[in-house]
Order: sequence, then structure tokens, then C-alpha cells
Amino acid sequence: MPATEAAIEAREIFKVFGRGAERAVERLKSGATREELRGEGLTAAVIDASFDVRPAEIFVVMGLSGSGKSTLIRAVNGLMEPTSGEMLIGGTDITKVSTKELRAVRREKISMVFQHFALFPHRTVGENAAYGLRVQGVARDERESKATHALELVGLKGWEDSLPGQLSGGMRQRVGLARALAAGTDIMLMDEAFSALDPLIRREMQDQLIELQSQLGKTILFITHDLNEAMRMGDRIAMMRDGRIVQIGSAEQILNDPANDYVAQFVADVDRTRVLTAGSVMEKPAAVLGSEQGPRVAHRLMREHQLDELFVVGRDRTLRGVVLESDIADAVRAGRDTLDGLVRTDFPTVPPDTAVADLFLDAAERDIPLPVVAENQRLLGVIATVTLLNALGSRVADSEGNGSPINGDARLVSAHTGSNGVTA
Amino acid sequence: MSFLDEGIIPQIPIGNWFSDLVDWVQDNLQGLLDLISTVLESLNDWLSTGLNAVPALVMVVILAALAFVLRGWQLTVFTIVGMLVIQSMRYWKDAMDTLALVIVSGSIAMIIAIPLGILAARSGVASKVIKPVMDFMQTLPAFVYLLPALFFFSVGVVPGIIATIIFSMPPGVRLTELGIRQVDSEMVEAGQAFGTAPSSILTRIQIPLAMPTIMAGVNQVIMLALSMVVIAGMVGAGGLGAPIYGAITQLNVGKGFAGGLAVVILAIFLDRLSAGLGDRSAVARASRATARAGR
Repeated sequence: MPATEAAIEAREIFKVFGRGAERAVERLKSGATREELRGEGLTAAVIDASFDVRPAEIFVVMGLSGSGKSTLIRAVNGLMEPTSGEMLIGGTDITKVSTKELRAVRREKISMVFQHFALFPHRTVGENAAYGLRVQGVARDERESKATHALELVGLKGWEDSLPGQLSGGMRQRVGLARALAAGTDIMLMDEAFSALDPLIRREMQDQLIELQSQLGKTILFITHDLNEAMRMGDRIAMMRDGRIVQIGSAEQILNDPANDYVAQFVADVDRTRVLTAGSVMEKPAAVLGSEQGPRVAHRLMREHQLDELFVVGRDRTLRGVVLESDIADAVRAGRDTLDGLVRTDFPTVPPDTAVADLFLDAAERDIPLPVVAENQRLLGVIATVTLLNALGSRVADSEGNGSPINGDARLVSAHTGSNGVTA
Repeated sequence: MSFLDEGIIPQIPIGNWFSDLVDWVQDNLQGLLDLISTVLESLNDWLSTGLNAVPALVMVVILAALAFVLRGWQLTVFTIVGMLVIQSMRYWKDAMDTLALVIVSGSIAMIIAIPLGILAARSGVASKVIKPVMDFMQTLPAFVYLLPALFFFSVGVVPGIIATIIFSMPPGVRLTELGIRQVDSEMVEAGQAFGTAPSSILTRIQIPLAMPTIMAGVNQVIMLALSMVVIAGMVGAGGLGAPIYGAITQLNVGKGFAGGLAVVILAIFLDRLSAGLGDRSAVARASRATARAGR
């Protein structure tokens, strides 16, 4: 991962509510627990939270109610001033600036989407979408055209003159999203933005946000209490519990290598097939055949590795096809020197970011493993049916150095993120 | 028990202190009192002269038109019939004088009440101070402050206006505070999150969203102002209070009822009209539009 400057950088953020909050922070630093403070009427909402959000990343903070995630997101735009710690937005520590400068940061750099939409009921959809621009002092014509464009992006073209009350919940949140987009800030904070929506609408909105994010490259800090949502949306996820961040990592890292029992218990119920991707469960093929090599080499490799098939790759590791043991055996008996006519290409391939759930049909229909290829057709790995089944059980997380598809697969993970880097 | 004995709890001369205070104000703030008196009296005279300058029938048409615009045909019919009844009882001039008094006192009451209500909504301390003062103003028997008002401003319309303002202001303050406190905190947060200045949050978000409640306060202020008509009449403020007070002293049942009926007609008219005004606020219109959409 290249060392780019973080869009949001939280450094040891503490937020304590109650009298003598500063002193309470000192005590927390020297080991006092949240419960001890509670006995004295102090509420430690956020304890020692540090994280970076990279530009154009969807960073999810996941925690149950009371875990401090709402307080934490409000510290990012200064709606809630942390008791101690630094919050750097594009390098500026907003805990140190005047209220006037803080308002400027909110106008120009950070917009927010709210759980209950927070649309102004007495203003039209168009006026609501243009609100951020109005605060910025943008002229009417310009803000109207930008608001219209933002509404178009979220699929609400033609609703400008309606009132928010005339819209369904999902549509209202689209207006909330359009308001944040129209403001034109690089950073968007989303506070349980989809939690108040029906499950189906929520799915739709999640997809739309991911789509918009890849189009517009916004940096998104997303708060949720729904683990599945966190896993679906997040490039990286921070798990919060009792005011502390207990783990930060990708969905797969959290799923496969939980930092503690709490996280492990939490992720136990996750639908792994939706979170795990082809890239994270695939295995390095035991052997591959160079396209310039002949049937004899193929025959030897198959015997050595006890394979019924071999994938054929070019010098640049692009996948050319597959040869089967029965064909090779015939060719060797016939004394042929080249692979001409032996390489089959009538099989499906999958990109590494395919969810495991979507692999089953392809895997079940074939008796050869499923090859995982990058956009440039390079062979990244293969997924055998047995690998697929293993991925579903907790054995994936437990097995150490057991030829597990996950362990030691940093190469595959980086290949995965690398390909994302190309598209982003 | 002995600690209830008069010997143990000393007598506190609160009454004396108050009358000393009244004396002191009269002696030292006469200039200020005169200024207040002049302003209120001329405002009231100007308005009542203006209202009476319009021929009664023309005024009926104007009021009916107002009723039609702000409310609808039912109130229009009521206004025409009601105002003609007032005229037929020969209380027209008194009714216009009362209308002027209610408009002047109600407007001043709201001009004071809205900022106080906003202050109370924004500061817990201010709220705690203002609340008992409002209780005091609302429950202290009117005659108690009518007396010092008489000392300060002598007999006439001014003590009537002052008493009316004191009595009618509290719901204006309370409902303004309530309205602003009731505004969804997420709305205010949304304003802040987009970098809105505090003054704009007040004028563009909180006050518009609180408007239906503030208008309910205006309505209450007007109704309470009307209920002070007779007491105002007692100190010589004129209007419908004068003939009613006269009827009471003369035990003239018929005259009293007729005057009372005129007050009621005026009250219903003003109540419906001010409610109609509240319905025209942006929030009220939006919620009606929403109700029509069936969501």
C-alpha cells in the first residue's frame, strides 16, 4: 500500500462526559476502567481511539449501541469536541481551530448523512439538496444546477419540487445523500445512514453508495451496528466495543483473524459466503504448464502432483486454458510433441473479488477447479470444490500452516487489493 | 407547636417593601414612566382613531375579506353576521377601541415574549429564571399590579395596556421556548454539520420549524388579552370593558350581556384568524401537503 496522506487521522481520541472529564482521561490512560468511572457519574464514550482513513476509502466503524461510535463520528467534524486527542482532517487538527474555522472545515471538507435523514420538512427536495451550497454562499443558479445533478446521481431526477414528507424513507435518505454529495466535500460522514430503512431498500442503498463511491472517489466514514453492512461496505472496518476500537482490518482479516473473543463471537454469525471472496479462499495451483511445453512434461507434472488437470499459462502467466489427464495420456501414447488441440477453453473463470456465495454454481458444474484470474487474464489461483467447502467452516480461521487457503496468502490478498487499486 | 408561634417567626414586611419600591419608582423614574405612557397612549390612540375612521360597513367588508383569505368562507360568514350584530347593539366604536387595545398589547407582548422564549430555549439558566417570573405574572391577581400601574400612569388606557401585556405575555414566552426546544436535535445538528452559523441556525432552522407552536402562542396571547378587557375597562381604558363594567355597577343584566356578547364575537373572530395565520407557516403547509400525499 503506497504511503499516501490520510484524509482523516484520529490520534488517541478520548471523550468523557461529566464533571472532571480531563482528569478522568488521565486516569483512563493510567489504567482505570470504564466501570470505575461510571461509578463516579462519568461516562467514557470514546477511549483512546486512533485510526486513519485513506483518501477514497470506505472506512466503517462498527459497534453496538453504546459502543461510542456516534460520539466518535461526531468528533470527526467537531460536533462533539473530544476531551483529549487530535483529529486531523487533511493535516489540520480541528480540535485546535476556532469555531469559525471549524465551520469552514465543515462547509468545505466534510459533509454528513444522518440516521433519520434530518431533512428540513418545510423546504423542497431541491432546496434540501442545495443546503450545503447555500451555506457555502454559492449563487442560486449554480447551487440549483449542482443540486439537480446530485439528485440525478442518486436517482431522484424530477423530484426537486416535492417536499421530503411526500417521499418514502428510502427516497428521503437519497435526498440526504444528495445533500452531502452536492456540498462537494471530499469526506462524507454517514451516521447509521441506512439503519432506519427496510432491509431490501437498505441493500439497494448500500449498492448505490458503493457505486457512487467508485465513481466519485469520496472518502467515506460509515457508522453502523450491522455487521453484515460493515462487511459489505467497508474497505476496512474498525470494531468498537465499550468505547475502544478493538480491531481494525479488512472484512476478511476480521473474519479470519479476530483480535479477541468478543470479535470472534460477533463474527460467528456472519454469512461468510458473502464476505469471503474468491481472492481470499483461492489456492496457489500445485503446478501449471507453460504453453510452450509438451504433453510429456504435462504427464510428469500430473503424476508428481497427483492432478487430473493442469492449467496452461503463457510466459506472463495469462491463462491459456486447461489440459486433462485423459487427453495427455492419449497424446503421450501417440508420441505427440505439442499441446495443439489438447488445450480446452470451455470453462468459466472468476475475478478475485467475486463473493464466495456466487462461486458454488460454477464450481459444482465442473470437475476441474475454478481458476481465479485478474483483469489482464493473469492466473491468480484456483478454487477446488473442497477449498470452497473448507472456507465455509470455521476451520479456515483455525487451521494453522495446514495448507490452508488463507494462511500465508498475503500474496493473494495483496493481488486482490492491487487489482482494486487499478480500478479505483 | 411553638415554632409556628408568631413570637418565633419574625414578621417580614414584604408589603411595606413593595409599596416603598413603588414609591421609589414613582419618585425616581418618572421620566421613564412618562415616556412609556406617551408611547403606549399615542400608539393606541393612533390605532383606534384609524379603525374608527373607517365606516363600519366598509370595516365589516375588510374584516370579512381578511377572514376569507386567512381561513375560508365559514369564518367569512361568521364575521359578517357577528360584526353586524355588534353594530346593531351599538357597540361598534367600543369594539374597535378594544380591537386597538388588543392589537397594541398583544404585539408588544409578543415582541417581548419571542426573544425571551428564544433565550429560555437556548440557556437552561435563563429558562430557570424566566419560568417563575412567568408563573408570577400569570397567577398574581390582576388587581395587585393594576394598583401600582394606576399610581405610575394614572387612570386611562395605559395601565389597561400594561396590565394586559403582563397577563397575556407568559404563554407567548412558554410556547416560543417549547417550540424551539421541540425542534428535532438532528435538524440542528444537520445545520451545524454543514457549517451553518449559529444565527442562521436560529433564523433558518429553529424559528421556521418552531413557527406552528409560536403561532399557537400568539393565539393564546390574543385570547388572554381579550379576557382582560373588563379589567382594563375598570381603570378607564375604554372599549367594550367600559360599558360592561358600567353594567356591573348598575346591575344592568341586559347591557352587561350585550357587551359580553360583543367580546365573545371579537374573541372567536381573532382566535380563528390567528389560527389561520399559523396554518400559513411553511412547516404547517408542508405537513398538509404531506398529509395529502398520504404518507
